[in-house]
Amino acid sequence: MSEQLAFTRTGINLASQFPEWVTVDSRPGYQGWLIKADHLIDVATAIRDQYGYDYLSSITGVDYFPDNLMEVVYHFYKSTGGGLLECKVQLTREHPSLPTLTGLFKGAEFQEREAWDLFGIEFANHPDLRRILLWDGFAGFPLRKDWKETFFEEELKPFKNRWPEGKIERIEDQKPFKENVQYPAGFNPYDWDTQSDARLYDLLRKVQQPQEGIKTDRVIVNLGPQHPSTHGVFRMAAVLDGETIVGLKPVVGYLHRNHEKIGERNTFLQNIPFTDRLDYISSMSNNFGYVLAVEKMMGVQPTERADYLRVIMAEFTRISSHVMSIGFLLNDLGAFFTPALYTLEERELIIDLFEIVSGSRMMCNYFRFGGVARDLPEGALEKIRDLAFERLPRKIDEIDRYLTKNEIIQERCEGVGVLTPEEAINYSVSGPILRASGVPYDIRRADPYSVYERFDFDVITAVHGDVYDRYMVRLQEIRQSLRIIQQAVNNLPEGPILNGKPTYQVKVPAGEGYGRVESPKGELGYYLVSNGKSNPWRYHVRAPSFVNITSLEKMCIGEKIADAVIILGSIDIVLGEVDR
Amino acid sequence: MSNGTGILRGLRVTFQHFIDTYLHDIRTGPKRYHSKEGIEERTSGKAKGIFTIQYPEEKMPVPEEFRYLPFLVYERGANGEKKYRCTACGICAKVCPPQCIYITRMVDSETGKPISSPAEYAIDIDICMNCGMCAEFCPFDAIKMDHDYEIASYDRTIHHLYNKEKLGKPVEYYKIIRPNNFAKEEAIRLEKEAAKAAAKKPTAPNP
Repeated sequence: MSEQLAFTRTGINLASQFPEWVTVDSRPGYQGWLIKADHLIDVATAIRDQYGYDYLSSITGVDYFPDNLMEVVYHFYKSTGGGLLECKVQLTREHPSLPTLTGLFKGAEFQEREAWDLFGIEFANHPDLRRILLWDGFAGFPLRKDWKETFFEEELKPFKNRWPEGKIERIEDQKPFKENVQYPAGFNPYDWDTQSDARLYDLLRKVQQPQEGIKTDRVIVNLGPQHPSTHGVFRMAAVLDGETIVGLKPVVGYLHRNHEKIGERNTFLQNIPFTDRLDYISSMSNNFGYVLAVEKMMGVQPTERADYLRVIMAEFTRISSHVMSIGFLLNDLGAFFTPALYTLEERELIIDLFEIVSGSRMMCNYFRFGGVARDLPEGALEKIRDLAFERLPRKIDEIDRYLTKNEIIQERCEGVGVLTPEEAINYSVSGPILRASGVPYDIRRADPYSVYERFDFDVITAVHGDVYDRYMVRLQEIRQSLRIIQQAVNNLPEGPILNGKPTYQVKVPAGEGYGRVESPKGELGYYLVSNGKSNPWRYHVRAPSFVNITSLEKMCIGEKIADAVIILGSIDIVLGEVDR
Repeated sequence: MSNGTGILRGLRVTFQHFIDTYLHDIRTGPKRYHSKEGIEERTSGKAKGIFTIQYPEEKMPVPEEFRYLPFLVYERGANGEKKYRCTACGICAKVCPPQCIYITRMVDSETGKPISSPAEYAIDIDICMNCGMCAEFCPFDAIKMDHDYEIASYDRTIHHLYNKEKLGKPVEYYKIIRPNNFAKEEAIRLEKEAAKAAAKKPTAPNP
């Protein structure tokens, strides 16, 4: 029965092709295939080459602590569109080890490092298996269920009593400085030599190939962590030959707060405001992906009006994120703040709208399971109409006039940071970057969710895959978003905004779910595992910016150091999401 | 292709913005700044020229749904005492994502039985994330989100732990900052009371 289900969902039957290596995941609420770790590479090769699932969307671990199981979950998609092919590898908790997929999918590199960092799952033959989000002085693997933070209070929220006996105390008084960290055994922070940095530099020095002609020295340059071009706290360690980049490694994690561990302590509902803080300039999209994943598991449908409101808000978010991205790309190019402030004006009007609708400018917390938090207040619809039909089309044309044909921008951006379509897919790049490389992959079309099927819009692509094309794709996408909003406003149905009564106790049946949306930055996916209780057992965020920077090295090699800044700007990362 | 016309066309846009700034100042005159309509005009989709609000001399009006820190709604009793709507049911503390709410229920000093009223109600506003869930899920409309966002203080260790006294605000204040929500809730409340009265009626004639 479940084999049949798995078969019909994907159209392929891995279990009959590899009867020894693959079995159906027949746990209730689960789907996909269980693969033996030793044969993962063979099966993954078949998945990619034979069946055309060439896009490895997400890799993550799940710790099934009571069963002494460690599971690695892979989500495959076709770059031509269509549904999910889910594969899992089950390992023991003591020494979880499996072969890396970086040989087949370059996009696996950072995600596997993350799984190593947070779960201690070893990926054999991984080219660079270092911690990615945490530092060397971090004790243990935080997403394992038996790991506890120094500030540990209780396993799950709601806590019984945070301040016993009415003595209200700040947590910093309970755990003063020096007691609030734990180090691995034998680790002394005061004579710490940066081992991971040493390994990083070793890796970069290996880049030095024998060269012809004049012998020049290679120099390692660190851009960041504190640098205006990095849009946050982000570091690029680059090896330079003269001014040309010959090797580059991004270093991330400065803003890490272990969003996923917090998410597993939270109840399902409590996670919604936390998702706002991922990609903090597109909080509505973050809400969207999360509620979709939970709704899928609950089997709840949002109401018609709520669906339209969601689409309107998500598209406004896309516009605000894209105009910001365009403005700050110009900052990176050296056009300091005039274009950025012109675009911020438009964003300002959009977040004014969010404030009217949701009550907060950036941390909207607007979506609920089965609908949205509240209906449009008085005057909101007029504001939406004014923005979508009058102001934004006019202003986007103005930005177009202002920047697109500018010769300096063309000179600086054309042919820089090129990513071919094959590379883009292989690096699991998503969003405007993928489409700028000529792959017409937009989840709103490729694997439609919500009510996007009802709207008429184009998937924007470009052909060169350079920085200029990414700029152009974003600009055109704003126009398409406006088209969607216009249609949604004109057809906005009346009716309730929430399916059922508002409740804070959400019943999510045991099982797993993967919800993904086309966020402004790319594919934003939420992988959730529920054990039927009020809190998620596993809560994973497939953050688009995080996966997109895997391709940064590829784009930068052969370019000048000054161009690394605009290449990074064209990826449009948000560190709240990269570091989580 | 690179003849510089693209740059010139772009510069025209900047120049237009520059001119607009002065034109609009002249056209609208002194009421463009430090006046309600001026702020309204500058924050609307029709805004041209200078866009900024000169805080703190000028303040942007906050929309009704704006939320910043919760407060406890109380009504005045006959003797002017504060009657908090809160019944200490604890839903707000349960639903609070960062778990910043602390409640203890009042206990009758004579019988020792719990009374549905909070003895203590505290919010650590350094932990509060202004999500508004407490107000959303409160069944008694007892906790609402405030509009006052100017809460800077000199010592966070003393001033950032709000107790019942500091959280309490009169229902009149709530009516002023959220007139539409207040009207909606009052309508529902009256309806419920009417339904209750209607349900009681059949038993009333019995002597």
